[in-house]
Amino acid sequence: MYNIKRSPWVLHYDGSSCNGCDIEVLACLTPVYDAERFGIVNTGDPMQADILLITGGINSQNAAVVKQLYEQMPRPKVVAAIGVCACTGGVFKDCYNILGGVDKVIPVDVYVPGCAARPQAIIDGIVKACDIFQQRLAEHEQMIKKNKTAKEG
Amino acid sequence: MKTKIISVIAYIILAPIIGGLLDGIDRKISARMQRRVGPPLLQPFYDLGKLFNKQVIVVRSSQSFLLLCYLIFMIITGAMLYAGVDLLMCMFVLSTAAMFLYFAACVTSSPYSTIGASRELIQIMAYEPAVLLTCVGFYLVSGSFEVSDIAFGKFSDIIYLPGVFLAYIFILTIKMRKSPFDISTSHHPNQEIVKGITSEMGARNLAFFTLTEWYENVFLLSVLALFITNRSPVSFLAAVIVILVVYFLEILIDNCSARIKYFDMVKLAWAVTVVLAGSNIWILMLVKQNIVN
Repeated sequence: MYNIKRSPWVLHYDGSSCNGCDIEVLACLTPVYDAERFGIVNTGDPMQADILLITGGINSQNAAVVKQLYEQMPRPKVVAAIGVCACTGGVFKDCYNILGGVDKVIPVDVYVPGCAARPQAIIDGIVKACDIFQQRLAEHEQMIKKNKTAKEG
Repeated sequence: MKTKIISVIAYIILAPIIGGLLDGIDRKISARMQRRVGPPLLQPFYDLGKLFNKQVIVVRSSQSFLLLCYLIFMIITGAMLYAGVDLLMCMFVLSTAAMFLYFAACVTSSPYSTIGASRELIQIMAYEPAVLLTCVGFYLVSGSFEVSDIAFGKFSDIIYLPGVFLAYIFILTIKMRKSPFDISTSHHPNQEIVKGITSEMGARNLAFFTLTEWYENVFLLSVLALFITNRSPVSFLAAVIVILVVYFLEILIDNCSARIKYFDMVKLAWAVTVVLAGSNIWILMLVKQNIVN
């Protein structure tokens, strides 16, 4: 099987974040932390993305957007929740408009806690997501095989 | 005849490898210029392999066909150059390939890729005069449009065409979509038109696009080599060195400039074309009526 771990392209979506985690996510790509050495590229297009990074909690308005972004991404795909708000809702958990963490709408694979999450932790999270990304490829290939045999049968 | 077939086959096989390596070198040098470690040298190949392994989601199924045409026409362009046929014809086939890219971006009806596509047309408008003048310049010096006559002349064409050479290097930046002329799409993230012309191209389709870009870069740099080469084999070595220097300059310009407005690009490109290439050809026509290389 092809080693796709070496080329994780990330899509960054800002839920209802305070922008703290967003700045840290972008800091990962700056020369200081240089996430590109792992082949990480920040792409703006969900159709080209492999890992979805979501910062901030889910509210009633962005739930549909997050779902759509997730559905537009081609398999294999991984979701990482960055920051405590994306994990559980954080300090905004009890607000009237907050539904909770990202896992309320889409399946989340990696949780990176922190307020704000540190760049080291975010890169660590993405590297962890890469392993899951490789597993997903195996599942994806099995699914294709299954569909093929089902069609032929 | 035999050597022509061999060189065409060599182009078809080696161009993506060389193009990918150049892309890798580009990313590595860019990273070093920004004091980063940067991705591995073979990163572009890893990316390509991953793109072929992903699930194919297309908005319109015709997009895959159009992008495949873009790739095939680009391969034909380079193959024609290495077969030593008419340079003018090569450039026309190149424009045909660019049209397929335009349509491939338009069929998705995404606003971002449509903006990218129309900007791509403006880019074509900006660089096409210089491309045509390059062909005319080669004709004036060699007395022929045939690539085999241009490449194996008595002396290097750059002696008579320094202005055209500089104009060609200038439009190379537009052709390679590098800053400050990366207006239709960008290799760098977070742009105002998302990914421009490549928005909505995912998985295999983006892989076709990337592969075509590598073929195109090798073709464009090969045309650059036509300025340098002559009958002696030493000139071919010189051509490789000139190509590497020019490619480094492109990376340098890419890293130290921000993108400009599309209208400024057209004005600048046309001014450079008229002043450098135009005056070069005009002087050439005045001084020497018939130089046969």
